[in-house]
Amino acid sequence: MIPSPAYALIYLAAAVLFILGLSQLSSPRHARRGNLIAALGMLVAFAATLPLLHRTELNLGLIALGVVVGAPIGAWAARAVRMTAMPQMVATFNGVGGGAAALVSTVEFLRAPAGGAALTLSLPVVFSVVIGAVSFSGSGVAYAKLQELMRGTPITYRGQQAVNGGVALAIVALAVLLVVTGVGGAALLGLLLLALVLGVAFVLPIGGADMPVVISLLNAFTGLAVAGDGFVVNSPVLIIGGTLVGASGTLLTKMMSDAMGRSLGNVLFGAFGQVVAGSAGPVGAEGRSVRSGSAEDIGTLLAYAQRVVIVPGYGLAVAQAQHVAKELADALEQRGVTVEYAIHPVAGRMPGHMNVLLAEANVPYDQLKEMDAINDSFKTTDVALVVGANDVVNPAARNSPGSPIYGMPILNVDEAHQIVFLKRSMRPGFAGIDNELLYDPKTVMLFGDAKASLTKLVGAVKAA
Amino acid sequence: MSAHLVAEISIFVLAVFVGFAVISRVPTILHTPLMSGSNAIHGVILVGAMLITATAHGALQLAIGVVAVVLATINVVGGYVVTDRMLEMFKSRQPPGSRRP
Repeated sequence: MIPSPAYALIYLAAAVLFILGLSQLSSPRHARRGNLIAALGMLVAFAATLPLLHRTELNLGLIALGVVVGAPIGAWAARAVRMTAMPQMVATFNGVGGGAAALVSTVEFLRAPAGGAALTLSLPVVFSVVIGAVSFSGSGVAYAKLQELMRGTPITYRGQQAVNGGVALAIVALAVLLVVTGVGGAALLGLLLLALVLGVAFVLPIGGADMPVVISLLNAFTGLAVAGDGFVVNSPVLIIGGTLVGASGTLLTKMMSDAMGRSLGNVLFGAFGQVVAGSAGPVGAEGRSVRSGSAEDIGTLLAYAQRVVIVPGYGLAVAQAQHVAKELADALEQRGVTVEYAIHPVAGRMPGHMNVLLAEANVPYDQLKEMDAINDSFKTTDVALVVGANDVVNPAARNSPGSPIYGMPILNVDEAHQIVFLKRSMRPGFAGIDNELLYDPKTVMLFGDAKASLTKLVGAVKAA
Repeated sequence: MSAHLVAEISIFVLAVFVGFAVISRVPTILHTPLMSGSNAIHGVILVGAMLITATAHGALQLAIGVVAVVLATINVVGGYVVTDRMLEMFKSRQPPGSRRP
């Protein structure tokens, strides 16, 4: 199935378009074009493949059927998904890609000559089947956790490490057997099933807050599985496309865990967020009370400020409050208040997620300030308005070495003159850690759904 | 080891370096679209799924091949559409009233 030189050149063109597309993603102005260039590369690759398919009409018909079934599902899901559910959606598309990668290798192995597959075939087959299947089932668990179809907190049990280790060992043993002998359709299906189990077992003990890192890692996995398939079916475009994703995904995974101030090993095996520190009652662990204010008071506070910094978190996203937040910012700007948004690298559920949500609400790009750009200016900020964020402003990350989030870079909201928290309740954030800042004398709480609270504030600011 | 395999390994190793080089220049704010966009690129597995289904023998191989084609198509179509939806929103100051419907 080695393509002739003419086809090889067309595939090369497709690969070049992938690389150009990815590099254009480096600036907001060119990013969309970059994605379109990569999509064009994909069309070129598919077009070059069609003439190579010269088998029976049955096979061609089934391929057409598969595309006709899959395309509308993908397009519909991508159009229907709400921007807040983006991480789950990426997990799903990644998972099905991993599944496809595992199945491609499975078929190729099943039809190997009777004498058994050569090492150069069986090795990449086993690699792609295992990695692809882990990505498939792992992404499924990540989806279920983020969609709240199952408990988002780490799921652990006694002897979990031993069970996972046992599954991993069985996979290695079966893989070695398959690679050496090059035969055994049943053994390969067994390997596929075991890898599916490992994917589930691997993601279960990881908490929902760390899911983006896991999805990014599984994205890299799928890329590598696709690259492995490239060796299996002798297709350089699969090797290039898959490897680009494998390499970039690995780097992105590292950047994401760095942004949380933790090592990748700690993310994957730390069962982070399992122990909820302190109590989650209306009064803090040490019996301290918090100060809550009325929307009118807080509206007045905002209206007469000179500089307000809005710190949006996931709570803003789940309440679909980004549009009301923009309304509030507009109302304040009309009164001459300077308004900026402070975006923590991991605000929302994935790096850059919050930027997407605010861009959806037409918040101008130049008002969005990244953490390093804005952190020094909290000292001169009159009011920091924290909407549905918690862990990313928790000073425990700076001050208490015992805290699980110690070392994570945070927004210096505690340096602002006044702090307003819009929160549904006193429940701790996604990482399950109590926040000292809520009890600070300069903090005012406004309890309720973020959207409802912001709407009240808009009215209060206009009336002030 | 055949010359062909050596060529493939060379392609693989060089692609690793290109993958690192291209990504290290992307700003944090674009990480979500980037993850989604690269996710769409591994949808190129559809090429592999088409190739193996075209030469599949028997019901089992055909069935697995078709499932692979369906999954790969969802990956590639959904991946690009969702990335485009996200990036469409990245606009600097835009004139009022130009919001998409």
